[in-house]
Amino acid sequence: MTTISAGLPPSDVEPSALTAVGARRRIVLRPLSWITWGVVAFFFINLAGIVGSVVVKSFSTQWFDTWLPNGYTTQYWVEAWHEFDLGHVLVVTLEASLAVVVIAAIIGVPAAYVLARRSFPLKRLVMVVFLLPVMVPPIAYGIPLATVLYKYNLANSLTGVILANLVPSVPFVVLTMTPFIEQIDPKIEAAARMCGARTWSVFVRILAPLLVPGILAAAVLVLVRTVGMFELTYLTAGTDSQTLVVALYNAFYGAGIRAPQASDAMAVLYMLTMLVLLVIALRFVNPTQLVTRVADERRGD
Amino acid sequence: MTSVMTPAPARSTASGRPALSHRLAERGIDRTLLLLLPGLVFLVALFVYPFVYGLSLSFQPAASHKTTDALYNYKQFFHDPYQRDTIWITLKIGLPAAIINVLASIPIAYRLRGRVRGKRLLTTALVIPITLGTVLTATGMIEYFSGTGWLNRVLMSLHLTDVDHPIPLLHNYWGVMLSLIISGFPFAFLLTLSYLSGIDPSLESAAAVLGAGWFKRFRDITFPLLAPGLAMTFCLNFVLAFSVFPSAVLLGDGEGKTHVISIAAYDAAYQEYDYSKASAIAMIMAAVMLIVISVVLFGRAQLYRGSSGGKG
Repeated sequence: MTTISAGLPPSDVEPSALTAVGARRRIVLRPLSWITWGVVAFFFINLAGIVGSVVVKSFSTQWFDTWLPNGYTTQYWVEAWHEFDLGHVLVVTLEASLAVVVIAAIIGVPAAYVLARRSFPLKRLVMVVFLLPVMVPPIAYGIPLATVLYKYNLANSLTGVILANLVPSVPFVVLTMTPFIEQIDPKIEAAARMCGARTWSVFVRILAPLLVPGILAAAVLVLVRTVGMFELTYLTAGTDSQTLVVALYNAFYGAGIRAPQASDAMAVLYMLTMLVLLVIALRFVNPTQLVTRVADERRGD
Repeated sequence: MTSVMTPAPARSTASGRPALSHRLAERGIDRTLLLLLPGLVFLVALFVYPFVYGLSLSFQPAASHKTTDALYNYKQFFHDPYQRDTIWITLKIGLPAAIINVLASIPIAYRLRGRVRGKRLLTTALVIPITLGTVLTATGMIEYFSGTGWLNRVLMSLHLTDVDHPIPLLHNYWGVMLSLIISGFPFAFLLTLSYLSGIDPSLESAAAVLGAGWFKRFRDITFPLLAPGLAMTFCLNFVLAFSVFPSAVLLGDGEGKTHVISIAAYDAAYQEYDYSKASAIAMIMAAVMLIVISVVLFGRAQLYRGSSGGKG
């Protein structure tokens, strides 16, 4: 281990193990590493400022030309709750995202199984169909999709929101599940079949219990993405099927009529919702999994 | 039950050839494939069909234009500079944003690639802007960057700006660019980090044993192995940046300097109610997107893509 750590950057090197070369390298690296961490710190300071100013503003009575507001109140929270009908918006958000999670899992997990285990003619084409919704920007397919949904009278409703959000969610479940399925030894399934299990029992009694961590990870990730998905929901939602993020956008887009603190209160509510989801999500998944499909624990060992 | 123990015997036909189901099974087609069907049907109905529908709709100009020219919408788009320039505006915002995000994430991810204390904390903190999303980032930036916001107060107390000339970061190009960096950088960082931790550390140790300095190790060992991953990171980040919509409206100058292509498509659909034109713009958007991605992926195909020791 000591020989290996000598090759790693100075931060990992034991001071006693430093050779003359190592010591020199350390001095060379220092300014660069300070710059790197400085950039990270700068990023987080500004991020804190962005988040913090929304939170402070939502509780302020008046805040114009000072560092901090003149006084604090929860009045605008109450106002926001009534004015934006936030109870209803939250219920819609919850219904839509739970429906998306459940349906995406039911459709996506079996498809992921087939794509992970089997090879069949035209498999590459099928893979492309499953990958494209993740690669094409939501607005580009959202507009034709919304047009089709309007044509069949499905848009402007909760159904439309759920259907539109399923489009990127199903491929996402497939992408997230594939490594989890590949990791299960096919011999286990073969053994179950040898003992007389049919496909259904193999699924329910062998694969499902083994896949629970994967399904939970995929479900949680889809949940976070659906609650945060703006474009598709915006294009398909009607006035009474808005989710929180769309209501938030509309409040800021049509700003000027009402107190800005009320919009900020809604922004904080959205932020809290997302943070709660994030805390739940991080119990089941690794942070990197929010953007990639590979679980960290199984890499680089 | 015993019949399940052995593979079902193929029922031979009169000619002695195995049954059709058996021959299909040999090519990988059997009833298990039915599991794929719900997902495939769903995506064909809600992704492929709308796309094809939109494509055909874009060749049928709205009746109000009184034209039979199938390419009318496309000709109009490329004829009108206000519409045509949306492509350049979008590329001018999206490309630099994606490049900055990828370049900035390399050194930081490089430092965190091994087992480093605080890695989990930092990656968790960086997930926050991703989960907050573009809408909330935009609303926060409106407060924070405003003339009386905290950023300008700090700059004013440092005498870098004054009351009448706050740093202009709202309702222009920079506002949109910054919002893309805030939500795109963590995304690029986490992707790069996962690619970097997939590279076998012993390769670098071997180079170090042979006397390569950190820069040589990075240039000759890590970077070539990382490059395909960076190309992918760039593509995904560019997809995010290219479809910028809420921040371009809230933080930019939606009808002027940041009139990006997604705004043009949205306005055509929901301001003019010209779905044919909107579909045409959406198709142009997808085409530009795919061109950029294929150029990058073509370049990626020229790179070394073999085993990097880890899970590549």
